[in-house]
Amino acid sequence: MDDTRWVSIHPLVVRITHWINALAILLMVTSGWRIYNASPLFPFRFPNEITLGGWLAGALQWHFAAMWVLVLNGLVYVIYGIVSGHFRRKLFPLTPGAILQDMRDAFRGKLAHEDLSMYNAAQRAAYLAIILCLVALVLSGLVIWKPVQFYEIGVLIGDYEGARIVHFCAMALMAFIVLVHIVMVILVPRTFPTMISGRARRAT
Amino acid sequence: MKRRTMETSLAAQSPGLVRSVERRLFLRQGLSLGALAMLSGCNLTDDEGVQKVLTAMSRWNDGAQGLIFRPARLAPEFPESAITKPFPFNAFYTEDEITYVDGNTYKLELAGLIRDKKPWTLPELYALPQTSQITRHICVEGWSAIGKWSGVRFSDFLARIGADTTAKYIGFDCADDYSTSIDMATALHPQTLLTFRFADEILPPKYGFPMKLRIPTKLGFKNPKHIAAIEVTNEYPGGYWEDQGYNWFSGS
Repeated sequence: MDDTRWVSIHPLVVRITHWINALAILLMVTSGWRIYNASPLFPFRFPNEITLGGWLAGALQWHFAAMWVLVLNGLVYVIYGIVSGHFRRKLFPLTPGAILQDMRDAFRGKLAHEDLSMYNAAQRAAYLAIILCLVALVLSGLVIWKPVQFYEIGVLIGDYEGARIVHFCAMALMAFIVLVHIVMVILVPRTFPTMISGRARRAT
Repeated sequence: MKRRTMETSLAAQSPGLVRSVERRLFLRQGLSLGALAMLSGCNLTDDEGVQKVLTAMSRWNDGAQGLIFRPARLAPEFPESAITKPFPFNAFYTEDEITYVDGNTYKLELAGLIRDKKPWTLPELYALPQTSQITRHICVEGWSAIGKWSGVRFSDFLARIGADTTAKYIGFDCADDYSTSIDMATALHPQTLLTFRFADEILPPKYGFPMKLRIPTKLGFKNPKHIAAIEVTNEYPGGYWEDQGYNWFSGS
């Protein structure tokens, strides 16, 4: 006991918002796939078995209920991240060179994970990209939901039809990064309990 | 596409209830892996408690959309060149089941909080001052199409018949057994038109002869075709799709 030192690495707000966000994203993506299936943008549909809602109206009910959870939780996280300095400390500085170097290391299985309180550059880029994807998803989602009332946002992304494409692409990119994120947690399993307890054992 | 949706819905209605009862019995026997797999499946919506929350959220979203709706905010209008050809047919039935209304005997019935409930014939309606719009129709399924509709401003018509515009709802009953209802703010919106023409021609049956309410600030299914009766009321009228779970306000 004496030779192990516990350090706090994930603040409580981050842990709570992380898990609420995970649930909200799961509900939004699976119900969104069902909505997509009603009028596919591209020549494929998602298998109904992996969608939520049972039919279009059910999926829409899920999507427009979970969106409040996603947005309110996201606002808490972003405001906390900015005000507390969490973003500045954990996600920056970030340089393209460092991201590429870390990604090369990761593919070789050599990416350093000794200090869990520090995100490496690849992690920083991934987490930042997820945040930006979610911002794009919310903005394009607002245009799809209310193309008349939020017309000004739509002008930036090609109006209603453009927003559908942005919404889909942002979902696809986010889903891919989340998948990589989950694979990384499986490869480095000791990171998993830290997102629940907030603490990690510091190597001595 | 819509028809398929409806079939799915009907299939999901009553068997769903049976399934959800069965599932609850199953769950009571122990939270087996199978039960968990069913929970994570696509029919979570069938659970009564979950459905109650979702329905309550949909009502909450009606209120939120009412607040977001700006009475003077106009839907974008497009040039003739942007019109979608051919304009898609869409209903809860297929094209060979379209309702044919006899224009000679047709009368629009009025009911509820209206001063002058005299029914209207088509020549009388055609004689009202007309206006046109080229706007985008957005379907709840996601696709959109641009069309040109002409008719009388609905707010003008409501004023002419002495409708109580402090009432909450306007309900529509249609000759094809469809029904829907809208909020008063949307009814009074300047782009909400009682239309008799599509692409400068008398509305063909497939687009809703003799009359379609065109609302470019609402999703397509809130734009009733073949309107037979209009009722102004303070009691929530619901509608064909709304009663099955589609969001009532469904504004753009």
